[in-house]
Amino acid sequence: MIHRVLIANRGEIAARIIRTCRRLGVETVLAASEADLDSVPARLADRVVCIGAAPPARSYLNVAAIVGAAEGAHCDAIHPGYGFLSENAALGHACNDAGVIFIGATEEQLASVGDKWRAREIATAAGLPVVPGGMARSTEEARALIESIGCPALVKAVGGGGGRGMKRIDHPARTDETIALAIAEADAAFGDARIYIERFVEHGRHVEVQLLGDGETIIHLGDRDCSIQRRYQKLVEEAPAPNLGGDLRKRLHAAAASYGEALSYRGLGTVEFLVDDRRGEFFFLEMNARIQVEHPVTEAITGLDLVAEQIAVAEGRPLRLSQDDVRFSGAAIEFRINAEDSAHDFRPSPGMVTAAEFPAGPGIRVDTHVEAGSTVPPFYDSLLAKIIVHGSDRADALVRSKAALAACRIAGVHTNLAMHRAILDDPEFRAGGVSTNWFGQFWRRASA
Amino acid sequence: MILTHDDVQEIIRILDASPYDELEIETDRYKLTLRRGGSGWTQATETARAERPAAIAAKTTQAETILEPGTLGVRAPLVGTFYRAPKPGAAPFVEVGDTVDEHTVVAIIETMKLMNSVHAGVRGVVSEICAANAEFVEHGRILMKLRAP
Repeated sequence: MIHRVLIANRGEIAARIIRTCRRLGVETVLAASEADLDSVPARLADRVVCIGAAPPARSYLNVAAIVGAAEGAHCDAIHPGYGFLSENAALGHACNDAGVIFIGATEEQLASVGDKWRAREIATAAGLPVVPGGMARSTEEARALIESIGCPALVKAVGGGGGRGMKRIDHPARTDETIALAIAEADAAFGDARIYIERFVEHGRHVEVQLLGDGETIIHLGDRDCSIQRRYQKLVEEAPAPNLGGDLRKRLHAAAASYGEALSYRGLGTVEFLVDDRRGEFFFLEMNARIQVEHPVTEAITGLDLVAEQIAVAEGRPLRLSQDDVRFSGAAIEFRINAEDSAHDFRPSPGMVTAAEFPAGPGIRVDTHVEAGSTVPPFYDSLLAKIIVHGSDRADALVRSKAALAACRIAGVHTNLAMHRAILDDPEFRAGGVSTNWFGQFWRRASA
Repeated sequence: MILTHDDVQEIIRILDASPYDELEIETDRYKLTLRRGGSGWTQATETARAERPAAIAAKTTQAETILEPGTLGVRAPLVGTFYRAPKPGAAPFVEVGDTVDEHTVVAIIETMKLMNSVHAGVRGVVSEICAANAEFVEHGRILMKLRAP
């Protein structure tokens, strides 16, 4: 049994994990940087341990500080949240060494899916379709690959993922310089210079399937559409993915489950796919071995608490529900409210929040770490709040979302609220099922 | 705030059937304000700073130790276990009254079985040792106080 958890994260996800722990009667110790000692999660946690200075490398990315804090505060387990060290095999390893439970996938699984090329090979072996492509160890190999798969192509870092370290090649003549830059950047950013190239799918939707496994049994908790993205960063997510024709949804669920089975996956994870719904095709993109930012839309339509399930699996218990126990109800949409000025090219806007009024009422959930008086430090991501709206179907969720976004008011920092209201009014978004290149075109139109 | 989303929804269901347009709940741990407006209900929260008993507070807010004027502090460079001596039974690195300079090793902090030397960082005379041997210390915690030599 887990009695005391160290939360090695900050922001809304830290507050969200504390909420579930409190309900379960699990004590919480927040590992906080100097910049976060007076944050909302720091006020909610049973105890706070300062793990280092504000820059992430000196606190939230410091494996020794986090495991040291867990040992010093006598925690049985560490919940890594998302981002930071959540998919770091070294943290998994250090936890094993220290006898602290890592609430996440096994060290081996983290290493397998963290290497995006190995993750792709596992997909191929498990019979999942992948986008045509290959490893490029040199510019010569890259040129040969581009010739065979065609342009545009996407260069990805083996150590990247989540949209980080990706470059597009639109013309074969640009191959050499782009590859040289991609290798240098991958080496600098991930300490791994390896890159691979995939064909760029023009009309792709980003659809992902939520998995939960106990190391033996794998179930899926449905799908999410996360196609509304700006520079590969998700802005709006919904569950279920709208307008997936024919048996596409079933095939996606089955493919994701096969992937989890190939890994004998333990914990909560997400298999991401690129879906070309016009052709009824899909391709494996990557797996995220952690809780996702957008997990609340799945919680809304399944009625499950995914953090509670993570803790149960981490305790070594078998899954508490079978595939047949998972029931889906209605549709949910999540809006990520960021401290970014959407009127000025999404310029980050750190500072003091002077007012924070969020919508409330039936079907509305707000996951946030800001209140009037909160400081948004410049060192971390700009996520202020997630507004999750659940309706009896997608049309109902859209109606409720309109009122919810209208009622939301944040002052002191600039936000992207106006952008979300514009998205919600757009006929293509309302029709459902736009592709990942939709947002760029929409925003040029909306801000013209 | 301590209330869950379900709690807030339940309160609003009750309010919806009432003639009231605003509700404020304030406890020693949080304040919740619910308001009815044109677009429906809004919520605003204030989470109180945790009021922890003094004995626990000393442990939970170690980094906030305040120094009196004329005193310099040697702070923990990282989180871990504070040791005054290089090994059990050995003489402490420093005692009150010892003169130290920037490079003097005054303690070690063990994190994940690694021993990290703590240097005084400044010249001075040790006036107080503020952490107990083998105590868990946070990043930034004042371990020792020094006065000018």
